[in-house]
Amino acid sequence: MKLYEYEAKEIARRYNIPVPRGKPVSTPEEAQQVASELGGQVVIKAQVLVGGRGLAGGVKFASTPGEAREVAAKLLSTEIRGLKVSTVLVEEKICISRELYLSLVIDRAARKPVFLISEMGGVEIEELARKYPDKIKKIYIDPEVGYSSYMSRIAVDVLNLPWSSIGELDSIMKSMYKIMIDYDAELVEFNPLVYTCDGKLIAVDAKITIDDNSLFKHPELQALYGREYSEYERKAKELGFSYVELDGDIGVISNGAGLTMATMDSILYYGGKPANFLDIGGGASRDRVKEAVKLMLLHPRPRVLLVNIFGGITRCDEVAMGIIEALRETGSTKPIVVRMLGTNEEEGRRILIENDIEVYVEMDDAVKKAVELAKR
Amino acid sequence: MGILVNSNTRIIVQGITGREGAFHTKLMLEYGSKIVAGTSPGKKGTYVHGVPVYNSIDEAIREQGAIDASIIFVPAKFAADAVYEAIDAGLKLVVVITEGIPVHDEVKFVNYARKKGVVIVGPNTPGVMTVGECKMGIMPAHVFKPGRIGLVSRSGTLTYEIARELGKHGEGVSTVVGLGGDPVTGLDFIDVAELFFKDPATEAMVLVGEIGGDAEERFAVYYKKTSYKKPVVAYIAGRTAPPGKRMGHAGAIISMGMGDYASKKKALEEAGIPVAETPSQVPVLLKQVLRQ
Repeated sequence: MKLYEYEAKEIARRYNIPVPRGKPVSTPEEAQQVASELGGQVVIKAQVLVGGRGLAGGVKFASTPGEAREVAAKLLSTEIRGLKVSTVLVEEKICISRELYLSLVIDRAARKPVFLISEMGGVEIEELARKYPDKIKKIYIDPEVGYSSYMSRIAVDVLNLPWSSIGELDSIMKSMYKIMIDYDAELVEFNPLVYTCDGKLIAVDAKITIDDNSLFKHPELQALYGREYSEYERKAKELGFSYVELDGDIGVISNGAGLTMATMDSILYYGGKPANFLDIGGGASRDRVKEAVKLMLLHPRPRVLLVNIFGGITRCDEVAMGIIEALRETGSTKPIVVRMLGTNEEEGRRILIENDIEVYVEMDDAVKKAVELAKR
Repeated sequence: MGILVNSNTRIIVQGITGREGAFHTKLMLEYGSKIVAGTSPGKKGTYVHGVPVYNSIDEAIREQGAIDASIIFVPAKFAADAVYEAIDAGLKLVVVITEGIPVHDEVKFVNYARKKGVVIVGPNTPGVMTVGECKMGIMPAHVFKPGRIGLVSRSGTLTYEIARELGKHGEGVSTVVGLGGDPVTGLDFIDVAELFFKDPATEAMVLVGEIGGDAEERFAVYYKKTSYKKPVVAYIAGRTAPPGKRMGHAGAIISMGMGDYASKKKALEEAGIPVAETPSQVPVLLKQVLRQ
């Protein structure tokens, strides 16, 4: 779960990491108010949970409180990469000497937290990793030992900072690790971490991503879960499904993340486009199948539904009944192509055929049929 | 033969009285796995499908003798504790079926296990099975015919799909290993390949990867360099996955410019490993590499 920049900065502030003075607001009037409190030039930043915000026009400057009001009004009425902006962060403008990159993530290969450090801040890490992989220094943290100050002595050198910054940097890095552990974060990123004109370190942007699996430990964060999702993503999650929205026209329902992805990929391979990823998980019961099928029947985008259930122990008659009930309850006439394997296969097949639903044994055959129907 | 588990492996089931634990204990027993005990705090003295239940592994070992391996079905909140119990009891293999364990818990117990020389399979895995000998997992056993192919995967049902495709072409499996769908797992492709390349019963390996992380890329680098190896065919799921979205598995996410399909396919092909476009192409490519 991603946190908004202003939330990440509130946490950073609590852990004594320097961030610009400022406040999140949701109206142009409040923006004007905050700008006049701050005095001088301000920066106004759209609060959206997508990357590349700067390039998409989500970060603007204003010289006067009046201008801040106008800029905020504009940002609050636009969309950034398809997301409505309901909050902007109004902050003092920082005089920047150098932009640095500093993050803490979990390295899968080492199975440990790792600091990623680069003196080339301000560009997205994706671009940095692609263009200048040699410019990223990694410092691993043994989870049994935790953070140790020598790490900041490596970092101060990599970042090409004067030795006088060592105290500030040590304190920032120590706090980053503490935030990661206290909040069960997967990512704590300051990009850029800025070396100011008067020689101080300030985190001008902040990102924190919380591990979804750890939310049970953080009741205060549970309420925030789900807000980065679209309408259908939210509906699917409420039903307990894994769901991701795509832009194709073949709805996909499958069991298991790998098989669901493989079904989507096979659709592409045979010339079609998947509309979504919907994994109903193991041991598909009649009710779960019904809920999943209903969700996709009522979704406006898919023209065809492809259900691919590989049941080891799943009962195919239950799957078939779930599909029939979903059709009955929604009254939808969307074509459904089914592939299912498992216990009581014959009975399941009979139920579907009686209801004029095409059912296949092989995944390839089902995918080809769905692609053909979507093109009709 | 096969790797990690065999007909002599003595197993304990942690969380044996839960719905999943009890159900899969029955299926594992039916397969012939040597399940000698189970744990469930406070349930000492009861039996699950004839298997004696204890409050702790320590007790189980005292009454049943040596135990080699554990399979864990306990809920995510208590899973880390169960893993530490198994490691500290001196078990050599711990299969963690549980899904949804916090990643920082995983970081800690995986590092601890590696320091102690204990193999962790998973978390969030269907388990490990040496076909015809020992099933320590939740996979539908009938899909896996015995044979010469080592199967290693980051997913469950997709692995069953591919095992079924192998069977249709007269190929069977020596051992199937589910690495697990989480970002941090005990084993990676390299660890398992090293075992398969040494296993006399395994003649080739099928690698089932997915988007997210760089385990496939690292395997490609290893495969290129190593001199003692067997033919490998790969399938990678997630070609259509958009960046920044978690595709079901906690580990299946393209993030920080890393882990997309194209990068994995390219790395594997450069290492001389053919990558199938669909699950049904896996046995076809396998026939080709085995003929060479």
